[in-house]
Amino acid sequence: MGLNVEYVGRTYTAGAGMAPGVPVAPGAGVEPFLVGRQKVREFATAVGDTNPLSHDLDAARAAGYPDLVAPPTFAIILHFAAMDPAFADPGLGLDYSRLVHGTQEFHYRRPIVAGDALIAVATIEQIRARGGHDLLTVRADIEAAGEHVVTTRSVVIIRGIEQDSP
Amino acid sequence: MTSAVPDMAPDQPEGGPPGGPPAPPLWAEVALGQVLPQQSHRVTRATLVRYAGASGDFNVIHWSSRIAQSVGLPDVIAHGMLTLALAGRIVTDWVGDPGRVVELTGRMTAPVVVPDDDLGVILDVSAEVTEKRADRLVRVAIQARVGDLRVLGRADAVLRLG
Repeated sequence: MGLNVEYVGRTYTAGAGMAPGVPVAPGAGVEPFLVGRQKVREFATAVGDTNPLSHDLDAARAAGYPDLVAPPTFAIILHFAAMDPAFADPGLGLDYSRLVHGTQEFHYRRPIVAGDALIAVATIEQIRARGGHDLLTVRADIEAAGEHVVTTRSVVIIRGIEQDSP
Repeated sequence: MTSAVPDMAPDQPEGGPPGGPPAPPLWAEVALGQVLPQQSHRVTRATLVRYAGASGDFNVIHWSSRIAQSVGLPDVIAHGMLTLALAGRIVTDWVGDPGRVVELTGRMTAPVVVPDDDLGVILDVSAEVTEKRADRLVRVAIQARVGDLRVLGRADAVLRLG
């Protein structure tokens, strides 16, 4: 077990401009991640998604949204931003180059739209060993203006030194 | 359903407000076991570079053969989240509105190895309706393969239909 199991239950908060490796109390003085229209378009383009709701403001508004609608996996940006301080924390003992993404869940209350000012709070839910690898489960609760938007959960695999198949 | 909008692409479902998304499939008309239109996506190194920039995931195993191989991978692999995003398009394209996705889950069971050439690899995606729930919700199971290799396990989505 390379990971420090005492880190289960720790929380990390992500908005914008976070210093890596510096834990912050949930919601305390964090500048939110402001979702820009161009970021929504850029992300949609990167996953080949040409849906007009993610690119065309008139189309999004005609469908009843206040602004461009982000693709469902957009929340991973916030999820990873919230995990980054944990990953960079030397006390956790995580080797980033041996990290492989295992499982990912998104549970939406509503879609992320451009203009959202998002705060993500990540919680280390579980650390366990399996087959020579370490498995790290992290949940992120993502909200805008105090309102829940989406909860994400990932299991990442830290591949053991001895075993080189993921 | 209203009549088709004249300038709409012929392969899109009819209906929906002008300028808005096509009307989503109707919950009442969707059958258990219904198969969604299949999709194939080409993934090259350029795809990975673009996704790295857009997502902020700059893990070096997604762009350096040298580092990828030094940690025991065959070569550069695609971001698991890129694979899930591409696979998820089978449901967002079907419902026409990403805001109708209530849940999306996937397990990255095998790495998608992306060679340093112009052809890259092809991700084949299929899906079928596995559950009809109350509140106009359906669950759709998603399969994603590169050749015969399954690259996602237990991938599914919960969608809110019309």
